Amino acid sequence: MKEENKKDAVAETSVPAQEAPPVEAAEGPAAPAEEGAAIDPAAQEPAEGHAAQGEEKGFLADNVRSLSPMQLVLKRFFRSKLSLIGLATIVALFLFCWLGPLFSPYGEETIDYDANGRLNVTVTEIKIPLTDENGDYVYDEDGNQVTVSVWRVQKSEMLVDTLANPSAEHWFGTDKNGYDVLTRIMYGGRVSLTLSLIVVLLETVFGVILGGLAGYFGKWVDSLIMRIVDIFNCIPTLPLLLIIGSVLEGAGVDPNDRIYFMMVFLTLFGWTGIARIVRGQILSLREQEFMVSATARGLSTARKIFRHLVPNVMPQLIVSMTLGLGSVILMEASLSYLGMGVPLTKASWGGMINDVKDPTVLQNYLNLWVPPGICIVLAVLGFNFIGDGLRDAFDPKAKR
Amino acid sequence: MLFKNKKTTSSDGAQPAKTKAPIADAHYLSVRESRAIAKSNARVIRALEKRKKRTHVSESEYLCEMQDPNNIVEFDDLRTYFFTDAGVSKAVDGVTFSIPRGATVGVVGESGCGKSVTSLSLMQLVQAPQGQIVGGSIRFNMGNKAYDIAKMPISEMRKIRGKQIAMIFQEPMTSLNPVFRIGYQLDEMVLLHTPGCTKEQAKARSLQMLELVGIAAPERVYRCYPHELSGGMRQRVMIAIALSCDPRLIIADEPTTALDVTIQAQVLDLLREIKGKIDGSIMLITHDLGVIAEMADYVVVMYAGRVIESGTTAEIFHNPLHPYTVGLQKSKPVVNRKVERLYNIPGQVPNPIDMPDYCYFKDRCTRCTARCEGEYPHFIQVSPTHRVACYLYAGEDGKGGPDA
Amino acid sequence: MAKYIIKRILISILILFGVSIILYTLLRCMPGDYVTQKFTANPSFENSEEKLELMKELYGLNDSIFVGYFKWLFGNPTLQTRGAILFDFGTSFLYDRPVTEVIADKMWISFALTLLSLVIYYPLAVFLGTRAAVKQYGAFDYATTVLTMIGISFPTFFFSAIVVKIFAYDLGWFDTGLGQVSGGMYNPTAWELFIDQAWHLVLPIFVVVVLSLGSIMRYTRTNMLEVLNADYIRTARAKGLSERSVIYKHAFKNTMIPMVTMLAGLLPGLFGGSMILEDFFKVDGIGRIAYTAMNAGDIPFVMGYNMFLALLTVLGMLLTDLMYVAVDPRVKLTR
Repeated sequence: MKEENKKDAVAETSVPAQEAPPVEAAEGPAAPAEEGAAIDPAAQEPAEGHAAQGEEKGFLADNVRSLSPMQLVLKRFFRSKLSLIGLATIVALFLFCWLGPLFSPYGEETIDYDANGRLNVTVTEIKIPLTDENGDYVYDEDGNQVTVSVWRVQKSEMLVDTLANPSAEHWFGTDKNGYDVLTRIMYGGRVSLTLSLIVVLLETVFGVILGGLAGYFGKWVDSLIMRIVDIFNCIPTLPLLLIIGSVLEGAGVDPNDRIYFMMVFLTLFGWTGIARIVRGQILSLREQEFMVSATARGLSTARKIFRHLVPNVMPQLIVSMTLGLGSVILMEASLSYLGMGVPLTKASWGGMINDVKDPTVLQNYLNLWVPPGICIVLAVLGFNFIGDGLRDAFDPKAKR
Repeated sequence: MLFKNKKTTSSDGAQPAKTKAPIADAHYLSVRESRAIAKSNARVIRALEKRKKRTHVSESEYLCEMQDPNNIVEFDDLRTYFFTDAGVSKAVDGVTFSIPRGATVGVVGESGCGKSVTSLSLMQLVQAPQGQIVGGSIRFNMGNKAYDIAKMPISEMRKIRGKQIAMIFQEPMTSLNPVFRIGYQLDEMVLLHTPGCTKEQAKARSLQMLELVGIAAPERVYRCYPHELSGGMRQRVMIAIALSCDPRLIIADEPTTALDVTIQAQVLDLLREIKGKIDGSIMLITHDLGVIAEMADYVVVMYAGRVIESGTTAEIFHNPLHPYTVGLQKSKPVVNRKVERLYNIPGQVPNPIDMPDYCYFKDRCTRCTARCEGEYPHFIQVSPTHRVACYLYAGEDGKGGPDA
Repeated sequence: MAKYIIKRILISILILFGVSIILYTLLRCMPGDYVTQKFTANPSFENSEEKLELMKELYGLNDSIFVGYFKWLFGNPTLQTRGAILFDFGTSFLYDRPVTEVIADKMWISFALTLLSLVIYYPLAVFLGTRAAVKQYGAFDYATTVLTMIGISFPTFFFSAIVVKIFAYDLGWFDTGLGQVSGGMYNPTAWELFIDQAWHLVLPIFVVVVLSLGSIMRYTRTNMLEVLNADYIRTARAKGLSERSVIYKHAFKNTMIPMVTMLAGLLPGLFGGSMILEDFFKVDGIGRIAYTAMNAGDIPFVMGYNMFLALLTVLGMLLTDLMYVAVDPRVKLTR
């Protein structure tokens, strides 16, 4: 029934209100009854798709405006549930990280000195050897000394509210330093998200310029740039970034600025992928007829590049940028986890998970490392879903 | 109820389109609309696919009677639809014609008129899951009995594909598997359909076939990979594969379109020659009227998913009746005739998703009459073999001759 | 063909030079070189400038970057090395053994770990990818797509932590001490030791399998979809072949071309180990060793390790091309 209603609504939208056509009169006898029952007729739009059958169907229903390619892409993108989920996740994360701290009573580096009377309890076992009347030690049958255990319990009021369990005050508890975990996650997210956006943007600019140069000019320019790309591809990224991290540390760079340097170096090792894509695309496009025709029409080089080549490379570029966002977040998290990203007092998702190196935290304080981990996963997954959705939406051969 | 609504809109919209006026009720398909379409498509497709994928279907379900035992295939009101995101595209909508035993039937029409889909329906090879046979029947004469292919499950259909009906495709360059040797691809077919056939026998048969299609060095070609052969050679190989199991019917789907002119002639000669050697029929699909004139005994003219005229080759060429057929012939260059410019048929084919309820050709037709406003014209039998769907040849009652 | 290979090898050598220059320069810029770190921290060591200089001389750290690089490349007479050009990367500061020896020694545990994972996840990914492609847009396709996407979104260390928490701490199936052998084994037989070691590898392998599955599955699926739309698949169906032979014979062989060649690209990962994973699970593989060395400023080892990885990458690239020739009848190397 619900289905029926929907169909009705669909059909209605295509009827112009002012004309109000005599519905009954227009009944087409050519349409057999069962046809209408079996197949949803609510469909007007350019047919896309089964060129594979060797039959092209590039017609338009007369009352449906043709969509521009970009609109078509957006439409396909928004129809996919996964891309919508991805988009929603990312938007939610951004809101959480930027608006969240406004509602939090704690700052990024606020240490909670109010431990609510929590006590520090240490229990020490003291073994006192048992002696007999003669003052000799007592041994059991196996020859082991017999001891009496005394437990010393020391209590002291906690100065800092460290490793607090989740409560109304601290939703995700506090960490070893008495920082509020939830607030730290928000600030950590700011770093990860901004960093990934900037790095990807820089990477793309860099990659497009160098890849474009290589692809467009060819010859020695191409070989030179591609050799550089090869060199960067052969350098193992993580070890190298670790080295750079410690170089920065030694060079006396302010720990707060280290993140900017990391950005630059992440970019330096990330542009090669984009450059390859752009170069490959341009090389193949250069051979195609429309470029020959552009040349024949006497278009300038700049115009050829910006009006003809760039729009053709765009789809791939946008997709690889989106997917790149996820991988930059992962890389940043790994670096922070290894202690090479932001300074320790600053929050970062990867750095927060670093606490699991302490087995007690790993075992007992899930609230410290699971939420930031989930945030990383959500961010990467969100970007991956969007990227995947975009790829499908851009794909001209898409089946649906 | 729904259906009527839609029809109204389309007929309203069609009028301004002709005069190129801005369309008042133009709109995009909203996300919700396309969701609804996708949902109903999925439902229909699932049901049809499930039906096709069944195994152990009793023969009685698809057993049928041929109307004329001399026919090898009878298409009867065949409907093959594509369930696209934009709606249901009626690629083949009520096609009826038959292929007599031993004859060559040419199917002509412009790109997208449904001729390829018709042939693929016969093989049940329509691009699934979007493309589905939703109605009508395809009766296929197995000799002692007849099957309705439209109702057959895939598992049974496999025994007919290749063995009873073989197909030659349009693109010889891509229709052979690039990673298998020619020999393997030939042997595979023979081994599959000949019970108890040994590898040596299969190879002998394959070589014999290669020789039959005029390949000079069969032993060498047998060991080649497809990319080592030219387009013409590959098409010969395709023909050899098609012929290797002595099929009753060969479907040639634009077999020469992708080849250059000299090779085209060779391949056509080959087809004609082979037709003489084997005891089978050919369904030749092409948009090239010249090819049809040379090769075919009967011609079927298709337009927008329907047959609009059919008859013997002589009838269609000397006495074309439907304005579309006339237009097609006029738009073909002829040697020895001087023309200022080639004729082209004005306008566009209507949207297969949203077909009007009058003659599909009306908006492009130069010989419209008042009656053309009415329902889609029925067939008018002009001669025992010649029929046409056009009001120009109808009697006062709108039917003319007996309805075919 | 031979000409092409020679050309490629020459280019590879050029690339390796580039890599080594960048790496060496960066490494020498690292703060707190090994000598300073080690000896200033040692209270028994008399902390005089001269002695420090002497130690630096012994470790070959007092040369300028430029001279140092040349000595690294062509051999250092004071340290009696023959130079990287002859595959002699000197003696590791930290492990006090020739770098090549340490690498050759620690490589195998990493190799075993990665190879075992590969043997599991590769066929599984190919199988799942093929199934997903055949049933495109079906429930199975969606499920595997979403699951594998989640898989590739997990950072290694986070997933490892979860796995250890669940299987080692909560369920108690594995040793919470991680590492390669259990601590409290009393006089184990060789068999017991083997079983114990194998058991310790289960969790890291599981992590690698889950995290690597996704990308290869996606790759298979994309390739398979492309192949399934090809004309020759329609031809195969038109022949009357069963859906099974159409997919697993005709389509599969085509799909496997990029899949098999991709294997060559996995070479560096196969021998190079994974820093984070090995560090987390305390597996004494090459990745963990390198991580420790890097933190200690062990220049010869870090250089040797990174060059080893670069060499593997270059070899992997060459091997990929050769694999194409071997697998795809259409590809011939020219130029």
